[in-house]
Amino acid sequence: MLAQRSAPAGGAAAATRREGSPWTGLWAVVSKEMADYLSSTRMLILELITVLTAAGTVFTATTQLRETVGQDRFLFLRLFTTSQEPLPAFVGFLVFLVPIIAIALAFDAVNGELNARTMSRLLAQPIYRDALLLGKFLASLFTLALVLTTIWLLIAGLGLLRLGVPPGGEETARLLWFLLLTIAYGGVWLALGMLASILFRQPATAAMAALATWLFFTVFWGIIAGILAQVLRPVRIGLPAELLAQAQLEQALSRLSPNVLYTEATIALLRPEVRSLGFVLPSQLQGALLGAPLPLSESIMLGWPHMVGLIAGTLLLFALGYVLFQRQEIRA
Amino acid sequence: MDIVLEARGLTKRYGDFVAVDRLDLTIRRGEVFGLLGPNGAGKTTTILMLLGLTEPSAGSVQVLGLDPARRPLSVKARVGYLPDQVGFYDTLTARENLAYIARLNGFTRKEAGARIEAALARMGLGEVMDKAVGAFSRGMRQRLGLAEILMKHPELIIMDEPTLGLDPEAAREFLEIIRDLRSEGITIMLSSHLLHQVQAVCDRVGLFSKGKMVLEGPVEVLAREVLGGGYHITVEAEGDAGLEAALRQVEGVQRVQRAGPNRFVLEATGDLRPAVARAVVEAGGQLLALASEAPNLEEVYARYFQKEATHARAA
Repeated sequence: MLAQRSAPAGGAAAATRREGSPWTGLWAVVSKEMADYLSSTRMLILELITVLTAAGTVFTATTQLRETVGQDRFLFLRLFTTSQEPLPAFVGFLVFLVPIIAIALAFDAVNGELNARTMSRLLAQPIYRDALLLGKFLASLFTLALVLTTIWLLIAGLGLLRLGVPPGGEETARLLWFLLLTIAYGGVWLALGMLASILFRQPATAAMAALATWLFFTVFWGIIAGILAQVLRPVRIGLPAELLAQAQLEQALSRLSPNVLYTEATIALLRPEVRSLGFVLPSQLQGALLGAPLPLSESIMLGWPHMVGLIAGTLLLFALGYVLFQRQEIRA
Repeated sequence: MDIVLEARGLTKRYGDFVAVDRLDLTIRRGEVFGLLGPNGAGKTTTILMLLGLTEPSAGSVQVLGLDPARRPLSVKARVGYLPDQVGFYDTLTARENLAYIARLNGFTRKEAGARIEAALARMGLGEVMDKAVGAFSRGMRQRLGLAEILMKHPELIIMDEPTLGLDPEAAREFLEIIRDLRSEGITIMLSSHLLHQVQAVCDRVGLFSKGKMVLEGPVEVLAREVLGGGYHITVEAEGDAGLEAALRQVEGVQRVQRAGPNRFVLEATGDLRPAVARAVVEAGGQLLALASEAPNLEEVYARYFQKEATHARAA
């Protein structure tokens, strides 16, 4: 990766290469950070919040679903997507809960060490900064994965108890993909929180900055995407082509938001009857069996670009943080 | 003697500001070297460059014969670093804090356990090793920091302001530990602006000012250079008016000051007590007391910066 930096010009390759692996000590960092997370009060609060949401949404969903048991092939998936006023569906909750959990885990990863004056002591050990940063990221990702898997199992268990129907093979596969997708979605926000913790010396500032970004994508980006689309692809005479171009641009822009990517991919995975996440013209629907579920592989194909987008976003943010952290002065 | 640390033309710039300016420094095995200077003189920056924790803008460093920028892992495995105002994870115990560092150093669990217990016991923290560090005093944290370093069995220890913020008793104990380590043959470099402490433990000192090493050598040598000696001899003697003149005549005495009715303070190039005693007797005086005081680093320091200020005004 970016292991070799600012090598003097003309230096032999052997002389400019740093000794040893950049990942020396990586697992020491990961296990220490995970132990910290798992024993922290912060974690307890996060677990409580998520368990409450899981229990609440599943309870309402099952109350509704019980009436239709036996009529639905994908009953178990409905557990995650059924909403009942005033509570949104569980996936609706996850769209905004996951970022908050992720930011809460990551916002003080780097600046916390600087403020506790442990950073210079750590970096005086025979490890590279690479290992420290990646170790912290992996630890938070594993922790997040652990929390999400717990909730996922909890919902499945509650569903079994309340519905009395076990999930089928395809349902289980779809739910596993959904879990992976949710972890990838969390990765973006973890990387963002970590970037903020590198950029800002004060943990409170870092948390605010990360939350502001989240708020921007949750509330404002949809509006901005709409306005931008109207400006860039105006509807002048009302031709269908114009309307379509505007709508497509708006959708493309809105997909820059991880929230939108996650929501769309979730729909593809958990609602097998959805056949497209874009626009479908009536002419394209000729001969299609409406309402017939897609096979799993097709649903994954539908959500695949979204998942890749989320992973790419994670890598991009992490790489940016990595570069900044490598150049950061460690003195207080 | 072999050279443990060598810096040539070491320079660090932050934009236009030159934090360290073409520093040359050599430290030999077994030495205790003191880096002195006011805050902001570039001491910490120098230390960070020596450890490869910040990149020099120019110049070269060799630590234990290795370039810390190219062989950082080998250097950091063999050098112990005690940062100024050392911090620990407050919720973890002393043992857990060190265990993390041991894992980063790649020690096996068994090896780490033995090393940690030995180091903590040596630093007098054996009884509190399973207590959370949050409750530790400043002095205890400092000793924990040193325990962490000793656990690595380092060849070179670099300490940044190790006695800053310690109470006098804790500071004295800490200096005692430094002396012990020196007697074990470990090379030590420490930075400080608390001069009398540095003087008490250092074989050699370097005086830092505005990023430059302006003076370097053993304290006595510096005293001779800057103060022209630096010894203070206090004489208590009864005698007539000729006594003061007689004292002035003694070779090596640079100044005589009357400090009381029968008291004189002499500034001298060396410990001239025998000559002074003879002079008093020869002048017909009665010697009551005679004391000599070795040169004082604080004075060297003050005098040097005084001179520099005078030069600056003159220029």
